[in-house]
Amino acid sequence: MTEQMTGAQALVRALEQVGVDTVFGIPGGAILPAYDPLYDSKKVRHVLVRHEQGAGHAAEGYAQATGRVGVCMATSGPGATNLVTPIADAYMDSVPIVAITGQVASAAIGTDAFQEADISGITMPITKHNFLVTDPADIPRTIVEAFHIAASGRPGPVLVDIAKDALQATTTFTWPVQMQLPGYRPVTRPHSKQIREAARLIAEAKRPVLYVGGGVHKATASPELLELAELTGIPVITTLMARGTFPDSHRQHLGMPGMHGTVAAVGALQRSDLMVVLGARFDDRVTGRLDTFAPHAKVVHADIDPAEISKNRHADVPIVGDCKEVISDLVAAIKADGRKGDYAEWWRHLDAYRETYALGYDTYEDGSLAPQYIMERISELVGPDAIYVAGVGQHQMWASQFIGYENPGSFINSGGAGTMGFAVPAAMGAKMGRPDKEVWAIDGDGCFQMTNQELATCALEGVPVKIAVINNGNLGMVRQWQTLFYGERYSNTDLQSARRIPDFVKLAEAYGCVGLRCERPEDVDDTIRKAREITDMPVVIDFVVHQDAMVWPMVAAGTSNDDIKYARDMAPKWEHED
Amino acid sequence: MSTRHTLSVLVENKPGVLARVSALFSRRGFNIDSLAVGPTEHADVSRMTIVVNVEELPLEQVTKQLNKLVNVLKIVELDTNQSVQRELMLIKVRADADSRSHVLELVNLFRARCVDVAPDAVTIEVTGTVDKLEAFVRVLEPFGIKELVQSGMVAIGRGARSITDRSLRALDRTA
Repeated sequence: MTEQMTGAQALVRALEQVGVDTVFGIPGGAILPAYDPLYDSKKVRHVLVRHEQGAGHAAEGYAQATGRVGVCMATSGPGATNLVTPIADAYMDSVPIVAITGQVASAAIGTDAFQEADISGITMPITKHNFLVTDPADIPRTIVEAFHIAASGRPGPVLVDIAKDALQATTTFTWPVQMQLPGYRPVTRPHSKQIREAARLIAEAKRPVLYVGGGVHKATASPELLELAELTGIPVITTLMARGTFPDSHRQHLGMPGMHGTVAAVGALQRSDLMVVLGARFDDRVTGRLDTFAPHAKVVHADIDPAEISKNRHADVPIVGDCKEVISDLVAAIKADGRKGDYAEWWRHLDAYRETYALGYDTYEDGSLAPQYIMERISELVGPDAIYVAGVGQHQMWASQFIGYENPGSFINSGGAGTMGFAVPAAMGAKMGRPDKEVWAIDGDGCFQMTNQELATCALEGVPVKIAVINNGNLGMVRQWQTLFYGERYSNTDLQSARRIPDFVKLAEAYGCVGLRCERPEDVDDTIRKAREITDMPVVIDFVVHQDAMVWPMVAAGTSNDDIKYARDMAPKWEHED
Repeated sequence: MSTRHTLSVLVENKPGVLARVSALFSRRGFNIDSLAVGPTEHADVSRMTIVVNVEELPLEQVTKQLNKLVNVLKIVELDTNQSVQRELMLIKVRADADSRSHVLELVNLFRARCVDVAPDAVTIEVTGTVDKLEAFVRVLEPFGIKELVQSGMVAIGRGARSITDRSLRALDRTA
């Protein structure tokens, strides 16, 4: 197919051809030529957001809910720099998004022109790759390459910056196009020798664990993981990015590792003699002090990104490959090996940790709300078929700990970057990608005030998300650290949202949403039910909770996982088995 | 213990590639001792020679991270004994009628070349290994070095094998 058209028309046509159905963005001077043909597109729906950061997080939410590439669009300069945070977020959590930005005309590049920013330079360290396009003939090929790079291998954000004159000029649109990426060859097939070696270590281990990260869900390898776990009987630990990849209700599931992980999961890693690490990357929030992390464990580390292997922790058996192929090969190798490990003694210890140090929380005699109770009730009433989206902070940890996840991809949050304000726009993107799903954002009052302008987008575009604001009137996680490590000196963490400035119910109503408030435990169920009954409008619930609630267990930053506390000053007693 | 490693990096000859490589080094906290970049026998390919002073493990990280750059085609570590490694230096040395002959004697000894002469200075071109250049600078110091400029190291493996062959075939296929 060959046709004469403008660069902007070629851009829109290329987006249609690669299957884009939704673009989140805001127009402006440099990207304006692209918005004209976009106006006519029958295949691409453009969602006009209120802030470019919202567009970026919405693209992330869309990508994570659908497994497809999310797309956001912005103009040059401030429009583009407002995308920097979500791009960095997507980079840290390996979320496939393509960001398209307008750039000043190529003759003006480098002259400090109006709304000029070197966005490809700025995003170089936070994108998987980026492009600056000044020739309209390059637009279709660049779009194909950008989507290919974003989605394949270890997924990630790709930015395509297009000069305004390239959008305006006439070019010959040719389809299909041939990619020119000679230096890009992600490895997906694992090495069979390494797989056999891993199977051998698994058969010989006495205290093995499967340490499962976000890569397993990205490889859609949950069924394979279930088969591996049930074939071997090995306990499973799911990181923040992997919640739901293995069912929480499964007997072999020990919970989340790390700073706010369960005692059972943290204890299992510390005492393990073999970690089988699948699509995870030994984040410092998981390992605690690295030199005391799982000191007795040999490591089998499978990841699609070779640079993750032996980056933080030496891998005895490195496996580079896509987790779906790695795990199914591993299952076959274990079956071929034929030996079955005996983990009865190991499970006796793990079950004891699990029973003795089950997750718990304080309730308050004054009748105020415990945030964890809200999570439990949402989990119970809404159930595992919904998609949950969290912001960053205490509410995120409680959402991870107290909501039961049974399905892969049912918990979307900002892990690596820890971007406050993620939840509202990401939930919007998730709901637009999966309108068949009930989508609940679990947000904090601090986070909510960073990006709640997207409530307007939700209301106008008909995106009926539920947003549960866990309002403790404070930057709760920071306050928790001040309580524990700064002598209860609460420097600049009191947001005074409990004084209703702003009043979240009125704010919701002002944005064309339904606002509900709940302040007492006995009202929680009714409030959740009422929110669920409203299916044609976004609903914001202001859950006013006790400000002193803390996230436990906790491994203090920079300390060893061995020093985990399951409540303030309460250390678990490990049995004397070793 | 950290040692010097010489990496030959074949990259696509595209704008911004040098920035990507150097940004990667600074972002990941790796120090570059020297970096030289120039064209190769293939118009679409540039070659960088990067000398880093790191331990074995960080070197593995450097290589893996470099490999992730989409514009990087191939990375080869060149063994000091199995490769020819050269730097180029231009040195302006104080040399008047009395001292000029001494300076020129040293130029001959080091197989350097005199490329410019003025009444009170000469400019010398010298190529060689890092050690040779350091030794040359030491013997010239007593005369007074007025100015010195040095290139990054370039290196090529010994023998008939070419590291560009295979990468370029891959490039031709996609072109």
